[in-house]
Amino acid sequence: MPEQAYAPEDLTPDGYARTTPSQVIDVRETGLRETNRILQESDGTGRYLLTEPRGAHALAVGLDHPDEIVIDGPTGYYTAGMNDGAHVTVNGNVGVGVAENMMSGTVRVTGSASQSAGATAHGGLLVISGDAGARCGISMKGVDIVVGGSIGHMSCFMGQAGRLVVLGDAGDALGDSLYEVHIYVRGRVESLGADCVEKEMRPEHHTELGELLDRAGVTGVTTGEFRRYGSARTLYSFDVDNASAY
Amino acid sequence: MPFDGHIRSDQATHAQIPAGVDDPTLRESATFPRSVIHEIQRAAATGIYDIRGWGAKRKVPHFDDLLFLGASMSRYPLEGYRERCDTDITLGTRHASKPVHLDIPVTIAGMSFGALSAQAKEALGRGASAAGTSTTTGDGGMTAEERGQSSTLVYQYLPSRYGMNPVDLRKADAIEVVLGQGAKPGGGGMLLGQKISDRVAQMRTLPKGIDQRSACRHPDWTGPDDLTIKILELREITGWEKPVYVKVGATRTYYDVKLAVKAGADVVVVDGMQGGTAATQDVFIEHVGIPTLAAIPQAVQALQEMDMHRKVQLVVSGGIRSGADVAKAMALGADAVAIGTAALIALGDNDPRYEQEYRALGSAAGFYDDFQDGRDPAGISTQDPELARRLDPEAAGRRLANYLHVLTMEAQTIARACGKSHLTHLEPDDLVALTMEAAAMARVPLAGTDWIPGRAGREM
Repeated sequence: MPEQAYAPEDLTPDGYARTTPSQVIDVRETGLRETNRILQESDGTGRYLLTEPRGAHALAVGLDHPDEIVIDGPTGYYTAGMNDGAHVTVNGNVGVGVAENMMSGTVRVTGSASQSAGATAHGGLLVISGDAGARCGISMKGVDIVVGGSIGHMSCFMGQAGRLVVLGDAGDALGDSLYEVHIYVRGRVESLGADCVEKEMRPEHHTELGELLDRAGVTGVTTGEFRRYGSARTLYSFDVDNASAY
Repeated sequence: MPFDGHIRSDQATHAQIPAGVDDPTLRESATFPRSVIHEIQRAAATGIYDIRGWGAKRKVPHFDDLLFLGASMSRYPLEGYRERCDTDITLGTRHASKPVHLDIPVTIAGMSFGALSAQAKEALGRGASAAGTSTTTGDGGMTAEERGQSSTLVYQYLPSRYGMNPVDLRKADAIEVVLGQGAKPGGGGMLLGQKISDRVAQMRTLPKGIDQRSACRHPDWTGPDDLTIKILELREITGWEKPVYVKVGATRTYYDVKLAVKAGADVVVVDGMQGGTAATQDVFIEHVGIPTLAAIPQAVQALQEMDMHRKVQLVVSGGIRSGADVAKAMALGADAVAIGTAALIALGDNDPRYEQEYRALGSAAGFYDDFQDGRDPAGISTQDPELARRLDPEAAGRRLANYLHVLTMEAQTIARACGKSHLTHLEPDDLVALTMEAAAMARVPLAGTDWIPGRAGREM
């Protein structure tokens, strides 16, 4: 648990008036399979508080209804994997692959995330208040990711679609082999990967970024503090003269 | 073809033989035969490696190098047309609550929509369903055509995750986590721009018409310990119903199979180097991986040492062509086989009726392997609507079903001759090898001897 543990009532996923949970599940007592089964069979109106996650892997995965789930404590790999509509908040840190292949919904992490956060996700919103490790947004396919802290190396590798917003710094080889993701970074970029270039912030990008920051609940920053990065599209078709770029 | 320095790479590998080659005064080099000279010329002209489809074309020790010992005095054969020889198999008995039950042990290997036309995918589904077996998606997501026409569909979970979504995952009958394939172990998918149609681009979330070089590593795990957790996640998402296969290209097969079992696989799929691809560098296809024949005994040994043989099922692919190949793979310890290239040929790939068109592409019926170009006259490895329309999914599906029935009947013929009432009862003792290489790889004795290279002789 992070020192600054938030009470679930303090967390406000977009569009939801937070009320007390309708069901409290002790993950350690209930077990992973039963916990996931309860969540997967919920009708979309549930408000669940999951206690004692104790770093459990594959917790709250495969959810396809707009229930609200607050996980009070740190989780392991693939938290909220393949989420398709649920609103999941982790009150703590998460392991590898949080919200991997998310289709829709919201996943919020109050702490930091390990590697491959939001990997291959097709939609929805992933908000990480702390830092994210290497390969954040790898092969992302339409998801929006907002990271309050910094991200590690090889982030957005082969990113296909969606938006990645970083309030802190980005590690080496940002956006390597990038397709069509829009990347916005407020801090320093260690280096850009192959075919990733800085691009002009035009008015529509300020608008797009502003909306993302609003949806993520980020305040106190302006879009003018960010730089935009995208694909130079020179590697879209193989050209032998570009062979050294790979 | 005269060498003008501007040959197209797809034509370059099929140059016509120049006049005068029968001249006994001309001596061809064994080290630099015409094909090698031609490839050097092609590389020098274009500056890029040769990309093609199909699997390894080089000759490697294979099932042809094995023979069965039919029953006579010491073994008791079964009557060919009277006594039963069953062929059904169940895959995924280890953890899945809904294992896959198939009427025949010949499955259809993963081939993507994108690499293949929608008509070809539908035909594969129709043929497999008619024969009572499964078909498999590929690196491009699940199409409605193949789900609709496939009674049993295996959904591949690939590094690219194109089109991956939980709805299709739950529609699948099994999940195949793909770590590699025999044509290119260690390589990712490749689909060149000419095959990225609107529909393919939309399914893969990619711009239309770009050259697509997919990832070779999964994006959210790095090793077998992580894979254990990934398999847990897939099971949790699908309620522990579906078998989880792990597919590897044949390389360090003994270790890979052990790690796959340790990671929780219900089924291990081992694809030898003769296994096909839609597009990869020729150098990769020909020089990476080991023959199917060499991989099977390694896989079986790994399973036996873990007391998992027949508990975790083994599916073998890469160069399966006949019922004899099916029977030999199963005798060596496989629970089932998968076919890819042979299935495409059954659909109509390389059909002589398109000879003139293959010639126009610089190839010939029986040689066409430029699947990456998307100009397949047979309408199979293409996204061109005009070409794809040539393939009638119903008729092609019937041809595939016919072929699957022949494979099965041939395997039964051999099994009965060996006295076996089920194809899975075939065993290594039913086999001998014709060559020392095959004896060493398959770990069966050289025909007429008790000698397995690397092992002490046994008492006769």
